[in-house]
Formats: sequence, C-alpha cells, structure tokens
Amino acid sequence: MPEIGQSVLQVQDLKTVFSTRAGDIHAVNSVSFSLQPGELLGVVGESGSGKSVTMMSLIGLLPMPPAEVRAGTVQFGGRDLLKLEQKQLQALRGRDIGFVFQDPMTSLNPVFTVGFQIMEPLRKHMGMDKSAARRRAVDLLELVGIPDAERRLRDFPHQFSGGMRQRVMIAIALACDPKVLIADEPTTALDVTIQAQILELVKDLRQKLGMSIIWITHDLGVIAGIADRVMVMYGGQVVEYGPVREVFANPAHPYTRALMTTVPSVRGERAPKLNVIEGQPPMLSQHPTACPFRARCTHAFERCARENPARYTVLEGHDAACFWDHTTGEPRNV
Amino acid sequence: MPPVSGTTPLVSHAMSDRRKLVEVRDLKMYFPINSGILRRHTGDVKAVDGVSFDIYEGETLGIVGESGCGKSTCGRAVLRLYDITAGTIKIDGVEIGTKSQHALRKMRPTMQMVFQDPQACLNPRMTVAGIIGEPLDEHTKMSKAEKLDRIYELMDAVGLNRSFANRYPHAFSGGQRQRIGIARALALNPKFIICDEPIAALDVSIQAQVVNLLEELQDRLGLTYMFISHDLSMVRHIADRVAVMYLGKIVELAPRDVLYNAPLHPYTEALLSAVPDPDPAIEARVQRIILKGDVPSPSNPPKGCNFCTRCPKVMDICREIDPEFRELEPGRFVACHLHNTAGSTGAPRNEHNQQGEDA
Ligand SMILES: Nc1ncnc2c1ncn2[C@@H]1O[C@H](COP(=O)(O)OP(=O)(O)OP(=O)(O)O)[C@@H](O)[C@H]1O
Ligand SMILES: Nc1ncnc2c1ncn2[C@@H]1O[C@H](COP(=O)(O)OP(=O)(O)O)[C@@H](O)[C@H]1O
Ligand code: SF4
Ligand code: SF4
Ligand SMILES: [Mg+2]
Ligand SMILES: [Mg+2]
Repeated sequence: MPEIGQSVLQVQDLKTVFSTRAGDIHAVNSVSFSLQPGELLGVVGESGSGKSVTMMSLIGLLPMPPAEVRAGTVQFGGRDLLKLEQKQLQALRGRDIGFVFQDPMTSLNPVFTVGFQIMEPLRKHMGMDKSAARRRAVDLLELVGIPDAERRLRDFPHQFSGGMRQRVMIAIALACDPKVLIADEPTTALDVTIQAQILELVKDLRQKLGMSIIWITHDLGVIAGIADRVMVMYGGQVVEYGPVREVFANPAHPYTRALMTTVPSVRGERAPKLNVIEGQPPMLSQHPTACPFRARCTHAFERCARENPARYTVLEGHDAACFWDHTTGEPRNV
Repeated sequence: MPPVSGTTPLVSHAMSDRRKLVEVRDLKMYFPINSGILRRHTGDVKAVDGVSFDIYEGETLGIVGESGCGKSTCGRAVLRLYDITAGTIKIDGVEIGTKSQHALRKMRPTMQMVFQDPQACLNPRMTVAGIIGEPLDEHTKMSKAEKLDRIYELMDAVGLNRSFANRYPHAFSGGQRQRIGIARALALNPKFIICDEPIAALDVSIQAQVVNLLEELQDRLGLTYMFISHDLSMVRHIADRVAVMYLGKIVELAPRDVLYNAPLHPYTEALLSAVPDPDPAIEARVQRIILKGDVPSPSNPPKGCNFCTRCPKVMDICREIDPEFRELEPGRFVACHLHNTAGSTGAPRNEHNQQGEDA
C-alpha cells in the first residue's frame, strides 16, 4: 500500500462503476496510490484496464450517470476531491491539476485560435489581464518548443501538425503552474520521432518546473524512459506498483512478468519467438471476487478463483496483488 | 505447432537461389489535387514517388515509416487497388502494372490484403462464415457443403472456434476480428499477402498472438508477406528484410539485422534511436537523435533529398540533388549522398558515417 506522507495526491480505495443498458461495468476497483512531489508516475495497462477512468474519476471528469464513484477518497491539498462540488472542482482543474488527453484534435476547440485557448485559463484562474496573459502564452509556447510563438498565437488548431497540437495541449495544461499534470496517452497517436521530441520536452520541463506528473501509456518503453515509479493496471485494479527500475528488474506479478516478455525491442538480442499472453482481458461485469488475471495466468491455482488477491509488499515500496510468489514459483504462504 | 527449428531459417538462404515473387520498379502513385471553382488540376500528392523493391518467395518484407509516408498507398498500389501513375509491378512473373481491373480479377485470388482496422473492414451484417466464405462465392464454384468445410478449415487455421461461425463481427474482440480478416484473406490460397498495420489497433498482449499466428501460417503455407507497420520493434521481429520509407520514397532497404544494427541512412538512424526501449537500463544509455520539425507535405516535397529539411547531416548537395536509390553492397540499398561513390550523381565521396557503435 502506498505510504501516507507528504504526498501531493493520495488516492485510497477508489471504486467507479458504469451503469449501462447492457449491465454494470466495474471499471475501477479499490485503486490506491500516491503521488510524491516532483515524481513522474507511469501508469500502464491494456485498453479497458481502467487507466483513464481512474484519472477522470479523480477530477470529476466522468459523465455521471452512467458513471458513479461508489467509494474512495482522493486527498489533495488537504481536501477530499470526491466531496467537492462541481464548481469547486472546475476551479481546481486547469489551475491546480492540469491534464492532457490522447487526441489533441478533440481536446482543442477548432473554432478558437490557439492563443485564445491558452490565454483563457490564465484570465479565468489567475486573473491576468489581456496583455499579461498574452505574454505568458508566448512564454508557454516557447517553453514547449513552438517556434515563432508570437505569430502562432493567432493560428487555429488545424494549422498545427499533430505533434504541435500536442505541445499546445501541454502548454495549456501547464498554463497556471499546476502542482499535478495528468497526461493520458499523450503520445499514443504520434509518430515515434515526434514522440521522442515530446518525451525530451517533458524531461526538460520536469527539471525546470518540478511538478508531479501522472503519465498514462500502454508502452512499457515510454515508462522505462521517463517514469520514476510505475503502476500496472489490469481489469480495473492495480496489480503491481513500485519504483521503475525495481519493477522492471524484479517484476512480481504474472501479468507484469508476461507483459515484459511479450514486447519485442529494436535493440539487443532478437528473440526468435514472441511470448504470448493467451486469452482475452476480463469483462468487468461484476465486483471482482477472484483474481482478474486468472483465466490467462500460467501460475493460477485454485485459490485464485476463490479470492481476489490483496496487494502485498514485495520489497519496501514495491507491491503486487497476487497469491503466487515469483521468488519460489510456489503459492505464497499466507 | 512446432516452433521453427534453427536449422535452415529462410533468411540465411542465399538471395540468388530464391525466387522473386514480387518485383516493383519505379512505382509512382500520385493523387491529383484539384482546386478552385473549376476544380483545375493544380498539383499532386506524391504519396508514392518512385519506389523499387523485390519480395522473395516465402519471405516477409517489412515496410516501416511514419504516418503519411506512403506505406499503405504503396501496398494498395502493388495490389493494383489503384490505377498507378507510373512504374511496373510483376507478381509471380506476370506484369500487372498496366492490366485492366477486369483482367486483374482472375489474378486476385493469388494476392490478398489484411487491413489495420478489423472493425471497419468486416461487414457488420454478415456472419463470420459469410465473411470468410465471401471470396469463395466470388471466385469458386464450390458447393454449399464444400464451402462450409473450407470455412471450418480456415477457422481452425486461425484459431477461431467453429461454433462462432454464425455470430456477427460485433460480438468479437479486436484480436478475434483480426483473425476473421486473416481467415478471409487465406480463403483462396493466396501466395502473397499484404498486411497493412494488422496489429496496430490491438493491445500489446493480443499483438503477439496475431503476429505468431501470421508466422505460423507463413511456415505452414509458404506465404509471402509484405508487412506494413510503424512499429519498428514488431517489424524487427517478423520481417526478413526491411524497407524504410520517408515522404513517398524508400530511403533504405536491407536485411533486417544489418538494418537494425548498423543503419546507413540518417533517417533510419533517427527513427530507430527514437523508439523507446522497454528496459530502463538500456533507456538510460540510448543516444537519441531528436529530429527537428515535421515531415513536409507530400504535395510539396523539398528540392533535393526529401529528408534535407530535417537531416542532422545535411550537406549543400542535399538541397540540390535528389540522391539516387542504389545498391551499396549486395542486398543493401540506400538513397543518401553520404553513401555515394564518386561520380554516380556528381557527389563527392564522403566518409561521414561515424554513428552506430560507440567507439
Ligand atoms: N485517396 C487519396 N487521395 C489523396 N491523397 C491521399 C489518398 N490516399 C492517401 N493520400 C495521401 O498520401 C500520403 C500517403 O498516405 P498513406 O495512407 O499511404 O500513408 P501511410 O504511410 O500508410 O500512413 P499511416 O501510417 O498513417 O497509415 C498521405 O499524405 C495521404 O494524405
Ligand atoms: N462512458 C462509459 N460508459 C460505459 N463504460 C465505460 C465508459 N468509459 C469507460 N468505460 C469502461 O470502463 C472500463 C475502463 O475504461 P478506461 O479507463 O477507458 O480504460 P483504459 O485503461 O484503456 O484507459 C472499460 O471496460 C470501458 O469500456
Ligand atoms: S493471484 Fe493467481 S491467477 Fe492471479 S496473478 Fe497471481 S497466480 Fe495468477
Ligand atoms: S542525402 Fe543529405 S539530407 Fe538526405 S539523408 Fe543523406 S545526408 Fe541527409
Ligand atoms: Mg484510456
Ligand atoms: Mg497506412
């Protein structure tokens, strides 16, 4: 379990359910984690594992209904965000917590200039006048590496390339100096050479601004490159959590372990055959009463079908939710 | 499904004793731009601008490159899903570049395509059996019973449970839909299949399932693949040789291992260096070449080398003369002035290739 300390953000037992005509979807189940000052927490997992819903639950961005946050607390700045009114949340979003989403074309408004969209939160949240907001907007665009910033403020989103739009989104998210930046697959839709530009930018900005970042991706390589800690999600739950180097060197959960052998690399030895995780991800149609990974797990035994494993400490700061012990290859004796 | 044994991997066959199944020369595919009230022809999107390559029987040629560089257009042009602008395409000894669509129909069974989005290319109102069997209706005179037998056989081959035959595509996951697409492509016993981003829409854990299936089918049926992808690590896994495209042209083409271990073209180098590595220890050591700017528009490529606006090693000549795509050593092609021997395009010989292994 994450330690309670001077963390910036502290999420405890978050549970989010969607009620749809086809039945309930238990998208997020008892998710707990914390974010330390200045750290970059990488979140990985396959699509549907609950990464986006977790983060959108935190800042009240889910459509309710169908979504309902049924349990949990989210401590941020001495308050429980889940208890705030929409209006208070609105004031928080964009000011204290910035976010960037996967598809920059849908998050930028096509009918307003890029300059207007950067300046709006500055005027709204920071009470800047037009010329101060404008100066800051230019600084921000320069910060994210858009040349000729002054002139580009007048341009509309479609006049920017995909990579530049993503930079603009980052600039908007950074506008009010947030304490936390949540980035949901911000480079998934981009080409690798453009992704490399954005990742360099993020490394650089962290040094300059020192904020905490949550970075969602399905690419283990991205996590390996920029994250301090990693949270692996599967079937709406956190299955492994810990420092990046430790988790990559010493993965404890069978899903993490399998994932790491199933992705090829462009460097090093080339494996003759890809390892496969057989089967499909789970349906999430009810509250979990068993391990969500059991149908695909090569180590599953009978207990895994009876009980949902809680997270146990693998090593100080590193935990996993599993009944099996990767060091002995046997069921854990608990 | 025994794993491929290490005794005679395809890649080690000498090039010369292998048969060329596909020969493409100077293929161009331009899309006209019409503008103004009169819709006058004012320019062209040069989606594919003079590419040449061979594909040997039984091998996989990987085509990599960034979005919009012309990979899909190249694949579709090779199958003549377009009327091409220029060039020649020989498949199994037959020149199809200029054949009419009517004349091509007879050849269609030998060449097939598997697409990126398994959702979009499966007719939602047809059952799985109907989708897989459709090419059989069109191109064979099989009886109903024969057809069903063949459909079951195909479903077995791609690992789909026969009991799914009467279900509709929406009831399947992305990976399963891709299997349906592959079964359909296999229906007429093709020799050559173009896979256009067959795994791009799938989750990492499902990608490996589909790639392994494609490899197994290749071994079993002797298939030849053109595998289009922007995923450089997956292409390294599946391809025997790899072509790198940039802005409508092939900039480098080489056997997989030399291409990945010692790329010659500055774009290949930058592209490979940009791929994040799923190993923090390696990540910390990777020397990344960060390219500036974006890919120019294919309707207005720069003068000279297409990469000259972003190339870290650009020279004066690059802004003037388009480098020739030439075979540097057997099987290793590159289009770059850094790798020109004196005389051929008037460029000076230049020993600039200091990248690669750390000295
Ligand atoms: N039918 C068409 N009409 C006009 N332009 C086209 C057409 N099809 C493709 N293009 C253009 O040709 C270029 C190459 O497109 P293509 O689809 O081959 O790229 P790609 O390499 O497959 O990219 P991606 O990785 O995004 O699939 C692009 O600039 C594209 O916009
Ligand atoms: N608006 C919605 N209505 C119903 N179900 C949803 C909605 N948004 C997400 N879900 C479901 O919640 C689960 C988790 O989704 P998500 O958090 O988006 O996954 P990811 O890890 O890919 O970001 C999935 O099963 C998804 O289908
Ligand atoms: S709890 Fe059981 S089924 Fe789940 S990951 Fe561990 S061993 Fe596998
Ligand atoms: S020809 Fe010149 S610009 Fe083009 S890739 Fe080679 S060095 Fe770079
Ligand atoms: Mg998501
Ligand atoms: Mg394409």
